[in-house]
Amino acid sequence: MLADTFYRIFLEEERYKIYLMGLGNTLCIAVGACILGFLLGSVVALLRIAPKNNIVIKIFDYIANLYVTVIRGTPVVLQLLIMYFVVLQFMNNIWEGVLVAIITFGLNSGAYMSEILRAGIEAVDKGQMEAGRSLGFTWGQTMRKIVLPQGIKNALPTIFNEFIMLIKETSVAGYVAIVDLTKAARNVTSRTFEVFGPLLIVAIIYLILVLGLQQIQKIMERRMKQGD
Amino acid sequence: MIDVKNLKISFGSLEVLKGIDEHVSKGEKVVIVGPSGSGKSTFLRCINLLETPTQGEIWFDGQLITDKKCDINKVRQKMGMVFQSFNLFPHLTVLRNITFAPMKLLGVSKAEAEERADALLARIGLLDKRLEYPARLSGGQKQRVAIVRALAMQPKVMLFDEPTSALDPEMVKEVLDLIKQLAEEDMTMVIVTHEMGFAKEIATRVLFMDEGKVLEKNNPKEFFENPAHPRLKEFLSKVLNA
Repeated sequence: MLADTFYRIFLEEERYKIYLMGLGNTLCIAVGACILGFLLGSVVALLRIAPKNNIVIKIFDYIANLYVTVIRGTPVVLQLLIMYFVVLQFMNNIWEGVLVAIITFGLNSGAYMSEILRAGIEAVDKGQMEAGRSLGFTWGQTMRKIVLPQGIKNALPTIFNEFIMLIKETSVAGYVAIVDLTKAARNVTSRTFEVFGPLLIVAIIYLILVLGLQQIQKIMERRMKQGD
Repeated sequence: MIDVKNLKISFGSLEVLKGIDEHVSKGEKVVIVGPSGSGKSTFLRCINLLETPTQGEIWFDGQLITDKKCDINKVRQKMGMVFQSFNLFPHLTVLRNITFAPMKLLGVSKAEAEERADALLARIGLLDKRLEYPARLSGGQKQRVAIVRALAMQPKVMLFDEPTSALDPEMVKEVLDLIKQLAEEDMTMVIVTHEMGFAKEIATRVLFMDEGKVLEKNNPKEFFENPAHPRLKEFLSKVLNA
């Protein structure tokens, strides 16, 4: 009975390929969004930390502020719907919307990462900036070569956490016809009329992913402690 | 070499420096002493504009560095600074800490920068630590590395901001000895310190600051033996008899 169910939801008509595709898309969205979010978050964090000594930086800082407020103040599903059906609708057909999802989740996580990075950078002793400046480095040089490497190191465990969150958050991508892991389970259900089985399989896959990543995180943190 | 004219600085409504006029000639070793909160560190940090003065002029090598058009980064290359809390770069090895600025800012080649760094490290007896990270050094070792990091830029003047205040008592001497050596090599120096014996020994001139003003300046002998200002007398009686 159990074996029969498993056969139907996983093996029959090579259904495991549906899960695999879903897993591939989920990972693709999470990794892409994480990279985009990190780059965006770095820029925003720097803008918010930079000395506000000219009008251009002030304007950009204002925009950055607005961005963080809007992203953090609205649900990610809503952002996804707006991006998919309005802002980026011309991209819907490329990669079945995966690209739209990467951009949306990247924009979303950029707002959170900017705060994570800002906290990490601000935790670097201000004597580091002074030491760099006293040697003759500019603010930008000192930031890039001295403060940022330490700030990112401070922020790394939390950024990794953000990545783990992203993997789970992308489960709403099914809202806009992207076959991520969760949507894959729904697709199997619609073919086999089995509800619980596919959801259970997907839950186990998420769990394995997250547990594996947490393991990597632990190893990473242990390594970093040795460097101190 | 350094000319300070009517230097004033306020943090909000608090006036920390209330008009300082000072001249430091080449080869001078000026030591600044005074109670905490007297503005002596702020004064030192104004000299390389780590603090921006609210008013007044600072000239260095014939250049008005408080002028907006002056490229302060270029000027700072010629002014070494040593901090109370060392501020070594923890993510770089001792060697990289020293070679970093000369390579990036002066365009010195890696080989030459490392050769010079090794010579400096050999001088302070830490050549075997060249590939260690700062976290593996003692406080005194860190501060000596911080001093040679500043020296690697071949500065014209060295600014010391309480270089021994964060050290264990038994490490103070190794740092002071290094500073003394530099003094003997005729480096121009401005030093903020609480070490009175050291001040007496190496200073060509001692300044006493309190409440944002220089209340007395004299050669060390007169300064310590015949203090004129009542506030200085009180200060010396407290610190020397402690």
